Amino acid sequence: MTTAIPDPIVEGLRRGWHVIDASAIDHDVNLEADAVIVGTGAGGGMTAEILSEAGLRVVMIEEGPLRSSSDFHMLEREAYPSLYQGSAARQTKDRGITILQGRNVGGSTTVNWTSSFRTPPETLAYWRDRYGLATYTPEFLAPWFELVERRLSIHPWDVSPNENNAVLRRGAQKLGIPTAVIPRNVKGCWNLGYCGLGCPTNAKQSMLVTTIPAALDRGAVLVHHARAEHFTLSGDDVSGLVCSALEASDQRNRPYQITVKARAYVAAGGAINTPALLLRSHMPNAHRRLGLRTFLHPVVLSAALMPEPVDGFSGAPQSIYSDHFLYTQPIDGPIGYKLEVPPIHPLLAAVTMTGFGTTGSARLAGLANTQVIIALMRDGFTFASQGGAVELRHDHTPQLDYEITPYVWDGMRRALLTMAEIQFAAGAKTVMPLHESAVPYRSWSEAKAAIAELPMEIMRCRVVSAHVMGGCAMGNDEHGAVIAGNGRHHSAGNLYVFDGSMFPTSLGVNPQLSIYAIVARNANELAASLTGRPLGRRIV
Amino acid sequence: MARLTRRELIHTGLGGLALLALGGCARPGSASGRFDDPGYTYRALTSGDRELVAAIGAVMLAGALPTDAAAHGVAMVQVVRGVDIAIDGLPPNVQSEIGQLFGMLRFPVTRAFAAGIWSSWENAGASAVSDFLARWRFSNVELFRSGYQALHQLLMASWYGNAASWARVGYPGPPAV
Repeated sequence: MTTAIPDPIVEGLRRGWHVIDASAIDHDVNLEADAVIVGTGAGGGMTAEILSEAGLRVVMIEEGPLRSSSDFHMLEREAYPSLYQGSAARQTKDRGITILQGRNVGGSTTVNWTSSFRTPPETLAYWRDRYGLATYTPEFLAPWFELVERRLSIHPWDVSPNENNAVLRRGAQKLGIPTAVIPRNVKGCWNLGYCGLGCPTNAKQSMLVTTIPAALDRGAVLVHHARAEHFTLSGDDVSGLVCSALEASDQRNRPYQITVKARAYVAAGGAINTPALLLRSHMPNAHRRLGLRTFLHPVVLSAALMPEPVDGFSGAPQSIYSDHFLYTQPIDGPIGYKLEVPPIHPLLAAVTMTGFGTTGSARLAGLANTQVIIALMRDGFTFASQGGAVELRHDHTPQLDYEITPYVWDGMRRALLTMAEIQFAAGAKTVMPLHESAVPYRSWSEAKAAIAELPMEIMRCRVVSAHVMGGCAMGNDEHGAVIAGNGRHHSAGNLYVFDGSMFPTSLGVNPQLSIYAIVARNANELAASLTGRPLGRRIV
Repeated sequence: MARLTRRELIHTGLGGLALLALGGCARPGSASGRFDDPGYTYRALTSGDRELVAAIGAVMLAGALPTDAAAHGVAMVQVVRGVDIAIDGLPPNVQSEIGQLFGMLRFPVTRAFAAGIWSSWENAGASAVSDFLARWRFSNVELFRSGYQALHQLLMASWYGNAASWARVGYPGPPAV
């Protein structure tokens, strides 16, 4: 790094922020606060800002490390182990799906690809109908969306899409499939293409550079390298939080504990980890719903070899999308899917592409000319798509048991067909669905015939996910929901779930903006109840 | 191979698990020293693991590694080291699963019956290793498919995370900031 890009974290630490690195403590730590927040991603970060702005004393707990722009060297081999759950190789129990999820101060917002969509009205209508979430209307949420969109500079990307995205638009256009421009949470973006490895210029308005610094400036405490083990209960309510200090190197427990006593406890460790925390805490679970209905937007991929360079490693990773195939059938009909593209960097591309030896190497040799489309399945809207269940392993770490049902596989096969057709329409020389039995096909008709015959099974068809949702579903108690629509746990009156695990279905869109807005609303209600002041719409 | 029924699959899977457990009991083989890398202390891979990672890596990454013998040797040391670093960065439960997989591949009886490799890894021919990978890749036994996927991910992550691999795939590396 030759130029000096201001690093808000380094500067804040210099100003004397109260930050505790639990990998370096040599004694137990006891803290007290008005509210303790477990997790610092989209939900935790937003909550920290709102509660601290209301004058409340906040403690944030994060199991991952504190890294910032000075550390973000745009190197995959550094970023995946340090910023992602399981080195970006977290998998479902049967190993059928690889999950990208953040694990650092800022959570997934530090490493996501910046796509920011409001919750679709169809999804909200389904929640009102099925889960009794009467207030969840587009009109009710609109001011909260406006608020966080302003706070995080969310706006449609006004620069030309990179070629990887442009191919999606061009091919779709040829087939009469509408596409649109993706809104992104960036300010002064350099269009580098490395959002997934931590933004080196702090253009991405992640929690790491927005809400968390704001909370720390107001005196909030951040403890990182600390894993929330369990809540202690007293009667129905939560009476404390017990955390383990972690080794920075290998994430194993150190012999020190951090305990926090607070008036309110906010679980915001993200789907999978939040239900696991509640399971470890033996929270009352009368309906046996805790951890169930965890959704992934399971993704299938299609790789095209284009005649011209695509350079999918360069430029804003996601700027064009199509929701056409979400709306060609009813929401509870055959599964719909959203089309986007991923960034194409060598390590992630190599582990995701299929084949080995000279054949596999030849495919990767064409990396710069490779274009990839992804299709995200909108899971969770019919009986045939109930999502997965979060369980605890013997060592109390969580795993997600998610079976891809025939209903979901059907959508995946249709999506592979759709993506190949779009890629050929855009001028692809060959198209290869990412499936072990597939090869590069030279024409749409050849691809169409071959895809129809592919065995849709795990560890044959490549399936990935970057959106984990649900497991602590909100809704009315009588519907078996874990939390109410305002995020409060149905039995523990001082426990709140403010993260992606609150969604009763998947969203059908990249989740960050839905988390920001709904949490902004619910955290403001919590701030009002803790301060005794009326509900406002508070964010700077 | 005929398609296995779900029930057969479960049984084969359990048999596979027994193989894994057996392999997991095997002690690391004696060190041959080929991957005793003076500049680096291995944290996850035993010397026996390094031999099998090198043998499988040379086949998995064929066509991507330098062809010049000396450069190939240097690259292989980097590949093996990269796999060690990659495993070291994984959560403890995943590390132990990989340890079981490597144990099974190291222990001669399970290596022969599960992988079809009848010689030591050091002496295994490229075509035998290639056949083993293809068999596991397309196996009807999920355990073997997952073993192939784990090897594929580790080796691909190791080599393509290494700047030495980038020129060949047309990746210029990160831009200057």
